[in-house]
Amino acid sequence: MYDIVIIGAGVSGCAAARELSRYQARICVVDKEEDVCCGTSKANSAIVHAGHDAEPGSLMARLNLEGNRMMEELSHELDFSFRRNGSLVLCMSEDEMPALQALYERGVKNGVEGLQILTGDEVRKMEPNVTEEAVGALYAPTGGIVCPFGLTIALAENAAVNGVEFRFNTEVETIRKSEDCFELETKNGTIKTRFVVNAAGVYADKFHNMVSGTKIHITPRRGDYCLLDKTAGNLVDKTIFTLPGKYGKGILVTPTIHGNLLLGPTANDIEDKEGTNTTQAELEEVITKAQRNVKNIPMKQVITSFAGLRAHEDGHDFIIKELEDCPGFIDCAGIESPGLTSAPAIGKFVAEILRDKAQLQEKENFIAKRKGILDPKTLSKEERSELIRKNPAYGNIICRCETISEGEILDAIHRPLGAHSLDGVKRRTRAGMGRCQAGFCSPRTMDILARELEIDMREITKSGGESKIVVGLDKDRL
Amino acid sequence: MKSYDIVIIGGGPAGLAAAAAAKKSGIDSILILERDRELGGILNQCIHNGFGLHTFKEELTGPEYARRFIDEVEELKIEYLLNTMVIDISKEKVVTAMNRQEGLFEIQAKAIVLAMGCRERSRGALNIPGYRPAGIFSAGTAQRLVNMEGFMPGRKVVILGSGDIGLIMARRMTLEGAKVQVVAELMPYSGGLKRNIVQCLDDFGIPLKLSHTVVDIRGKYRVEGVTIAEVDTKGKPIPGTEVDYECDTLLLSCGLIPENELSRGMGVEIEPVTSGPVVNESLETNIEGVFACGNVLHVHDLVDYVSEEATTAGHNAARYVKGELEENRGNEIRLIPTGGVRYTVPKTIDAGRMADELTVRFRVGAVFKNCYISVYYDDERVAHRKRPVMAPGEMEEVKIKKENLASYPNLKTITIKIEEA
Repeated sequence: MYDIVIIGAGVSGCAAARELSRYQARICVVDKEEDVCCGTSKANSAIVHAGHDAEPGSLMARLNLEGNRMMEELSHELDFSFRRNGSLVLCMSEDEMPALQALYERGVKNGVEGLQILTGDEVRKMEPNVTEEAVGALYAPTGGIVCPFGLTIALAENAAVNGVEFRFNTEVETIRKSEDCFELETKNGTIKTRFVVNAAGVYADKFHNMVSGTKIHITPRRGDYCLLDKTAGNLVDKTIFTLPGKYGKGILVTPTIHGNLLLGPTANDIEDKEGTNTTQAELEEVITKAQRNVKNIPMKQVITSFAGLRAHEDGHDFIIKELEDCPGFIDCAGIESPGLTSAPAIGKFVAEILRDKAQLQEKENFIAKRKGILDPKTLSKEERSELIRKNPAYGNIICRCETISEGEILDAIHRPLGAHSLDGVKRRTRAGMGRCQAGFCSPRTMDILARELEIDMREITKSGGESKIVVGLDKDRL
Repeated sequence: MKSYDIVIIGGGPAGLAAAAAAKKSGIDSILILERDRELGGILNQCIHNGFGLHTFKEELTGPEYARRFIDEVEELKIEYLLNTMVIDISKEKVVTAMNRQEGLFEIQAKAIVLAMGCRERSRGALNIPGYRPAGIFSAGTAQRLVNMEGFMPGRKVVILGSGDIGLIMARRMTLEGAKVQVVAELMPYSGGLKRNIVQCLDDFGIPLKLSHTVVDIRGKYRVEGVTIAEVDTKGKPIPGTEVDYECDTLLLSCGLIPENELSRGMGVEIEPVTSGPVVNESLETNIEGVFACGNVLHVHDLVDYVSEEATTAGHNAARYVKGELEENRGNEIRLIPTGGVRYTVPKTIDAGRMADELTVRFRVGAVFKNCYISVYYDDERVAHRKRPVMAPGEMEEVKIKKENLASYPNLKTITIKIEEA
């Protein structure tokens, strides 16, 4: 029997796991996918929001601010990439200036520091590629960009090092509440636990509604994105939003933490909780709208497009609390934007609820620091040569586009909660994330995975389950 | 820091031929840097025949063709390093590279030959909508898996793009036991060689659908199907023309992109049409002593022409090192591609520096039947050659003779265009 089972190994679940791992408790994170960070957490804008959007007084507003403030220190503690690049909310017509003013005031109410309203000319002085149409902007110096995989994986690894178990490929099918515990039926058997944290993203309503009479409803809100090559990464330095409309924040243009340029997302409410397909219409919308805000976007430099689902709850606020009609079941639901920003605060908030409910005691030997995968590009030439001398695998470049060595891939495979698929390697090291999109390196990464995991090439998957890369041997059906 | 007279970036067909030519032109200090585990580049996975018809008057496989040049490089005792990745080249021709044995190291070169080849356009660059499951491969990646690793990427295949690798892979997948259902091509003409359409599609009864593209990819984990639709003259899908194909694999053969990240990094000027360096008659870039050849310069369809071009580049690199390549005097003749001609390589000619005969290569932007390739010296038409068929998938050439240019001392431009009469 576990003390706590967390359903969902996304950023919220992993943040909760990491914070809970400070306490003496048997904790398990279960996820239906093969790795952490496979749902909403992997496909989003990767933005650390300043916090001016949420309704003052909402949980969203509070955790956004807290998360934003925690992010920098956490990035040092857990060694993931984060940069406070600042953000601009563009106003594209004089008529909307009052709305910009209102956004400023809301931000001030929420406690966002350093907000400033700029004129169109001031904006273009700051960001020369903002279009002439912009008549003003709200500048938020505390806005930032983060690696969403890096953050989630760092939280998960640190939780694992501190004793949290992770069970992947373990979809929870039903939840039964018995007298003293919850029984989670999964494909891999029954899991018993005293407490449940429901951090299931777009599926959080499903689990909530299994145990509660007060129903919630989550709509997967799909957003398409286009990612551009690093040669386009300097087009803007700050994250460029436009004034929020009926469907969220509109199309943003932002550098990513790794130096690419990201455009998106659209906002399309769908039914299918697995509906992460991009559509022609939405990709075109991304391209058209992005060019309204920022000029000179080299659309020929698009290297990939993808879609993510936001877990939009009807009430449009984070729901993080113990269910009144089902004690011991803690919702962490409706975590849509600014969920990634809020994650550190969400984790802390969930942990505080459980500390009190479950009367958890702090561990003495909690390990707060985590070292990420060494990036040799951060070393001096001498250090890098020394590294290769000690471990020649760092001299063997596997991914040409991102210059990722075998050494980094080996580290990704063998560290706690290591990668066992091409996507797992990609999210941890960036191998395959460059301009050729794994054309050159996938056969070589497969070789390494097969060798290190001692499995056949035919067992290697892109992202677990049925996503096998090769299906047989030449001529095996002839 | 080690130093070499000529450092060649890439040990594929271009790099090998450039190295051999440089050596034969009298330079001893040559180093080839190759990122893969063996020399020969992409030819190693091209196990079909048809290589070398022009160069050797024989039909060789890719590895056999490569072997001839590798043997020559070995016989000439040209140095090379394998598994070695070049990560930077400075304007001053300092090459930074790394490998397992030597770590990160620098080499000072007097001349550099860029021969890095090209990469395939990915699904992302094509912005094909749909899911992102396993089973979507660029044709070249699938070719490597099948021909070098021995694995089948899938059983039921749809191919988007009729570039040569896609056509070759349609045949290969069929021979290995897969069912290739259709090849869809966005353009109203094929991007590949006519002979490959005949030998790889027609001979196997594989339909080629021109003016068609993939508008949806289904399958959460592995490809389960794709939708193909007809496109209008602007390349936009026509509603109502969608046809669903059940398949587990989508191969993409939608164009090749010269790999010029290193070139850009050192300040080499890039021609937007080819995505390759701008070069003069000596195949020299805007940086003195830096030459380019092969698919990094412009994408070729026949390796024979790569070898020929690289021989010129290697020879000129040697002349540069020996001080025999006259200084560029700046009074260059500009080559102007127009009237259906998309680009020319080279882009300028210095008559003083050119060889007795210069091959100018180019591609046309559409299919032309019974038209003429015309060459104008300034406003005077000096050549007018009839071609029954010209297509974007097949590289064309004209020869410029030094002796002819001698009678035009004040020539400013040479225009190459396609004319109907």
